Amino acid sequence: MEKNMLKEENKIFKNLYNEYGWRINDSIKRDDWKNTGSIISKGREWIINEIKTSELRGRGGAGFSTGLKWSFAPKEIGSRPHYLVINADESEPGTCKDRDIIRFEPQKLIEGCLIAGYAVNAHVCYIYIRGEYLNEGKRLQEAINQAYEKKFLGKNACGSGWDFDIHIHYGAGAYICGEETALLESMEGNKGQPRLKPPFPALVGLYGCPTIVNNVETIAVVPTILRRGGKWFASMGKPKNTGSKIFCISGNVNAPCNVEEEMGVPLKELIEKHAGGVVGGWDNLQAVIPGGSSMPLLPKKICDTITMDFDSLIENKSGLGTAGIVVINKQQDIVACMARIARFYKHESCGQCTPCREGSGWMWRILDRVAKRKATYSDVNLLEDVTKQIEGHTICAFGEGSAWPVQGLLRHFKEEIDSRCREEPLVKKKINNPYLVDQHLLENKNA
Amino acid sequence: MPKITINGKEIDFEKGMTVLQACELADVEIPRFCYHEKLSIAGNCRMCLVEMEKSAKPIASCAMPAAEGMNIKTNTQMVEKARKGVMEFLLANHPLDCPVCDQGGECDLQDQSLYYGVDKSRFVENKRQVKEKYMGPLIKTQMTRCIHCTRCVRFATEVAGVPEIGAIGRGENMEITTYLEKSMESELSANVIDLCPVGALTSKPYAFEARPWELKKTESIDVMDSVGSNIRVDTYNWEVKRILPRLNNEINEEWISDKTRYSCDGLLKQRLDVPYIKKNNKLYKSSWDEALELISKKFQEINPDEIAGHIGDMVGLENALAFKKLFNFIGSKNLEFREKKFYLNSDEKMNYIFNSSIQGIEESDLILLIGTNPRHEATMLNARIRKTYVRKKVPIYSIGDPGELTYDYQIIGKKTDDILKIIKKENDFSKKLLSSKKPIIIIGESALELKSGEYIFEEIKKFLKQNNFITKDWNALNVLVQNASTVGLADLKIFPNEKSDYTFFDKLNGGKFKFLYLLGSDNLEIKKTNEFVIYQGSHGDRGAEIADLILPSAAYTEQNSLYENLEGRVQECRKASYPIGESKEDWKIFNSIIKKLDQNNKNFKFELLREEVKEKIQNFTEINELPEKTLANIKDIKCEFISEKILIKPLDYYYSNSISRASKTMSECRQINQTVRKTG
Repeated sequence: MEKNMLKEENKIFKNLYNEYGWRINDSIKRDDWKNTGSIISKGREWIINEIKTSELRGRGGAGFSTGLKWSFAPKEIGSRPHYLVINADESEPGTCKDRDIIRFEPQKLIEGCLIAGYAVNAHVCYIYIRGEYLNEGKRLQEAINQAYEKKFLGKNACGSGWDFDIHIHYGAGAYICGEETALLESMEGNKGQPRLKPPFPALVGLYGCPTIVNNVETIAVVPTILRRGGKWFASMGKPKNTGSKIFCISGNVNAPCNVEEEMGVPLKELIEKHAGGVVGGWDNLQAVIPGGSSMPLLPKKICDTITMDFDSLIENKSGLGTAGIVVINKQQDIVACMARIARFYKHESCGQCTPCREGSGWMWRILDRVAKRKATYSDVNLLEDVTKQIEGHTICAFGEGSAWPVQGLLRHFKEEIDSRCREEPLVKKKINNPYLVDQHLLENKNA
Repeated sequence: MPKITINGKEIDFEKGMTVLQACELADVEIPRFCYHEKLSIAGNCRMCLVEMEKSAKPIASCAMPAAEGMNIKTNTQMVEKARKGVMEFLLANHPLDCPVCDQGGECDLQDQSLYYGVDKSRFVENKRQVKEKYMGPLIKTQMTRCIHCTRCVRFATEVAGVPEIGAIGRGENMEITTYLEKSMESELSANVIDLCPVGALTSKPYAFEARPWELKKTESIDVMDSVGSNIRVDTYNWEVKRILPRLNNEINEEWISDKTRYSCDGLLKQRLDVPYIKKNNKLYKSSWDEALELISKKFQEINPDEIAGHIGDMVGLENALAFKKLFNFIGSKNLEFREKKFYLNSDEKMNYIFNSSIQGIEESDLILLIGTNPRHEATMLNARIRKTYVRKKVPIYSIGDPGELTYDYQIIGKKTDDILKIIKKENDFSKKLLSSKKPIIIIGESALELKSGEYIFEEIKKFLKQNNFITKDWNALNVLVQNASTVGLADLKIFPNEKSDYTFFDKLNGGKFKFLYLLGSDNLEIKKTNEFVIYQGSHGDRGAEIADLILPSAAYTEQNSLYENLEGRVQECRKASYPIGESKEDWKIFNSIIKKLDQNNKNFKFELLREEVKEKIQNFTEINELPEKTLANIKDIKCEFISEKILIKPLDYYYSNSISRASKTMSECRQINQTVRKTG
């Protein structure tokens, strides 16, 4: 399974550790803003096709094909302007890739905005940055100002003939505002609650205008892809899971870090080589959350062999998400960890639709009881029912995001949970009836 | 037509429908809480989930547009599980205090939990407790019961036009509130009570009064303003407990104003129950015999020319006709129904009705208000203007300052000269008007009251006629009258003469009358000198105050009667309760008077009166239908133009008639409204 590490020359984010300076002159030395004008002059079709060739998938969590998303924007500007919105509301626990891009590679993002804006016919780009990233936002503003000074932005940006402006909008610290439609609502000044889909933002988005919403990392890799060609990007990684990706490794590892690696890199290699290994050795590993807190965790058995890409994780009933890898070793109380995550989701649910509003708190309370060894066996079945009743019944993906980690726990750590539960306090006949049937009807039938 | 398959049955649906509406076409019922036909779609209760082929997840049918070839299933395991799951979540934090909840018996959550709920609760955690919110004198809150469907929020922002209700907090801690906990500044506020699918918002005045199944329901018509909203009167024994709206898309849709809904407690207070006679400047209880004796004596003593009658704002058409017949019998022609001098040309029906019709407002592309504040004068009509404004952004202009309305408008002038400019095509607005296809000009009583009221009205009519805005298809000429009885009584020609001029007022102010018969008339300004005044009505109000003889009669919920609304639509108000005490229906009182005056005279029969009313109404088509459309006749104007300021007379909204003045709830609303105005 040994796989070569990503070659230095193939790295997109060369300044991920701020070794070469973040200012525009430093980044120009790293080939940023090189031939941007001529890339744009090749036209929309070419840009979108090149992105499609690269098979770039959105880095925000859902993994939707970026080229395809751009092609949904209307070809011509109608009566309403188009907008490009960059989602920098990076709130997923265990994820901090966008933060380092904004801090150390802001010009990649800004250049990407210009190219993507041109590709989707947008003259205005909004970067929605989470409110907690105040210093990062200031840095980004400085970088934008530098780009304006160099005439890379503004009227006739970069000599391309395309007028382009970037504005930063600060969020107010809500996890749900990272959901694209909630982000648009928040930006419009409303309560941050996801919208119903359809219509999708590509047709009816910000202020009712066609809007393309992309993650920071997705946009930041675009200029390099276009400079080096979609085929180059596609040559890295696995089929349909191409390119390189920033992985954020945290938790019980010796050296938590952000690292850019090829897609499909084995998880074990990632942890051992880049993050200094699990605290207490690989055998001390209990579980890994592979893609930010909303993805189901994986037990050690799967972690031994799994490769980090969208499809193989989905095969194992998890997901790559934002690639925020949280390592949990055997010293941790796995149920308490999950209860803490459930509490986070209970706190961040927007409250708009019923299953998530009522269910996320319920899940947390049951898990909390399990963690404190106060639960009964029936609670575990109830917990599973509740997760199933949330999953797929909500407006946005938050429902899944809150239910999946709990489902992952139930799937892989059933024994651990059962060992903490006790019988019902009262002696009760165990009835194996499915819950969602009126009990009294069954009793009648039995009688 | 596109086709959709629902539970294996293929049906046609109209473009633009949602899956839920298509399911309704197929007679498949979908449970729902947040969805409401007249509000925007929120899709947040998740009760309406259905299965769609090729979709892994169930879809929210209320929000999904129906499309050709969709295959929808509502009877599968997946759907049942989804619905039961959502229902369990809704009930998890619901207090289940149905026995002490006023919504019990008409609660959506109660009804639907019967089908989708489970009989045991698995939620062992502590339930959420939410503090009650103050929402004014009409709305009682019990926010623990709230299921966050946001119907009330959407109603306040979309229909009422006052974004004063909203949600604060997130997740479990989300709460519906009026932010500053003050009463909603809207005349439509109480509709949120009907909208609330649970008992979170209930009616404060009706709190713990009755259970819905104990009430007798009568479908009737409202007479608080000239719109003629369709209502349902709920009575317990003889007592009117509450008034609810009835769906009529042509008039009030599903809403009614607060005055319509909550004046009903005025029906129990200040009532006249026996005849009173004034002796030595004091009213004494009396009997019908004594009262009739006195009336017949006065009728015989006084010269018919000096006898006058005035009909009030809430009198039905049959009663008015019987009144007119009584006056014919006596030989007096001094009859009037206007409360103040405003120009009304009764030659043609078009001259005093709202010709574009309320539903027609939605088609309009320009609205001009002249001397009217529709928000107070005709609340439901105003709601329709807002609906059109929200949907189409129709431009709205006003001459005269109507104050705060529920939509944006532009004041293009405050004087009669500005009207003249439009007619002479001298200003920019007239260009806009002429280039519009379906304009609506609404002339209010405040404009018609002016000295040049006649000039304004006739000139505008002529202008519209000349520019083809009065045709069979579209009639831009609209008069907004304020009282429920006005249009009908104009049809019955309750005037002293053919010309419908101000003869009555001149004589009244000149002290020419010695005998004044007020039929439910409280708003007429009279400086009483030596006249003998009879007040016949239901409430001891301004009319009864000056009366020498009081005859108690029935209120609008206590007698059958026809009313004509401002569009000229004849509607039937039905008897829901009984006249209290010794009071009688108005036409029965006239019967006894005529009998007293002449033994040989025949009694009126109610059915015959109704037939006669229908014959007398101009352009009458059918009950509940709009009148026939005619083309305009142009009259020569004799009156001269006078340059005046157009002042829109403020209407004391919560105190506009005798019933609302007797109502405790209306007094509270008025008081709050006034204090808010002062501080705000």
